[in-house]
Amino acid sequence: MAVKVIIPTPLRPYAGKQESIELQAGSVAEALVALTTRFSELKKHLYSDDGRLRSFVNIYVNDEDIRYLQKEKTSLREGDTVSIVPSIAGGSHIA
Amino acid sequence: MATKTGIPTTPMAGTPAVTLSNEEVLRYSRHLIMPEVGMEGQLKLKAAKVLCIGTGGLGAPLGVYLAAAGVGRIGLVDFDTVDLTNLQRQILFSTSDVGRPKIEAAADRLRGLNPDIQIDTFETRLTSENALELFKDYDLIVDGTDNFPTRYLVNDTCILLGKQNVYGSIFRFEGQVTVFGAPGGPCYRCLYPEPPPPGLVPSCAEGGVLGVLPGIVGSIQAAETLKLIIGKGEPLIGRLLLFDALAMRFRELKLRKNPECPACGAHPTVTSLIDYAEFCGIRGEEAPALQTTVPEIAPRELKARLDRGDDLFILDVREPHEYQICNLGGYLIPLGDLSRRASELDRSREIVAHCRSGKRSAEAVEFLHKAGFRKVLNLKGGILAWSDEVDPSVPKY
Repeated sequence: MAVKVIIPTPLRPYAGKQESIELQAGSVAEALVALTTRFSELKKHLYSDDGRLRSFVNIYVNDEDIRYLQKEKTSLREGDTVSIVPSIAGGSHIA
Repeated sequence: MATKTGIPTTPMAGTPAVTLSNEEVLRYSRHLIMPEVGMEGQLKLKAAKVLCIGTGGLGAPLGVYLAAAGVGRIGLVDFDTVDLTNLQRQILFSTSDVGRPKIEAAADRLRGLNPDIQIDTFETRLTSENALELFKDYDLIVDGTDNFPTRYLVNDTCILLGKQNVYGSIFRFEGQVTVFGAPGGPCYRCLYPEPPPPGLVPSCAEGGVLGVLPGIVGSIQAAETLKLIIGKGEPLIGRLLLFDALAMRFRELKLRKNPECPACGAHPTVTSLIDYAEFCGIRGEEAPALQTTVPEIAPRELKARLDRGDDLFILDVREPHEYQICNLGGYLIPLGDLSRRASELDRSREIVAHCRSGKRSAEAVEFLHKAGFRKVLNLKGGILAWSDEVDPSVPKY
């Protein structure tokens, strides 16, 4: 299935500075594998060392949180939009 | 039409009757002539008590619109002072306010805007020790802070006290807004059970914010606050509004209450306020230990060595757009590109790496040491320290 993955601002530096990526995937897991294969730097931002999705990163298929669907096994249909929504604290402080 | 002054507000148990003076009727006339607000809504606004956490980018439009709308009592919590970098977006403040406590400048501005309302000022950092006491007198809390520990502290305090939290946060040109803690609705921990570890929080290479962004997000928070007070419309409960100012696009995602949420679930484990700095993995306020473990050179020492004609290769690991702001004439390889471009560097020469503050360049030095570079030093304090100690003509940012 051709799906669109929307990359949030904080993660764009690790995804070739792109706003969204079109890729082929039948499930959320496949989409994330395809994404992190293409952009290996994204991996540590999406997954913890034990290979689980980080708890400050939520994944949505269209407007629904995958935690309330079939999690990463959630299947995707042609034209679905997958959104990565990390927590942002806000502010403009610089290190 | 007869002047509708002296009409008591819809009776609320324990709330004294509130009325509007003739001058207030005139001031709020553009609200009063709308049925969605009307006299009933305006009196609710006058009786309302809202606590704003933070008077910065988000708190500025929020405070202004709540005060202008006639919210009867507005509490402001902030501990910071106004500095020049705030003025790009914190529209409560003027250039003449630089150096003043934000709370003082904000209160002056809001009292000037609306002398009929009460402004409570709390010049303090919000902590686990004072949050419950500060929140208890207010009907609604608006979170306009800028860091994860305070976000979780505000959330947990609201859940413990059963108060709603109008949440807004921003990053560069993207914002998130929602209402947490409504009866039956989700809370911040339902959305994000845990904060990111400090190492994954964006640093200066990815920092910054479009000045108008907090204006838009804070204004949406103000709209939600006013709606919750007057009880009209469809509040952002169970809905996460995402805004991208660059694409100029709003999106809405479903936000569900997590039945197993540690704060607001059926069997909460968060039953009192905790140490939120520790929860967020931040111990003390020092920068990561990394910075002190790499060999450093002080700005004055670097200057002396350069003046002496020592062969030093200056490596700038900032981003190209930062190089345009100011530079020390160094060779530019952004930290993110360093692993790919390390071959451009001459291993036989002594390298001094620098960034803005010394943090990214410390990472660069560590990386280069691991890659087998022997003579690499970190410019202590970066361009900021160089400007302070060696060459004030280099602007700080």
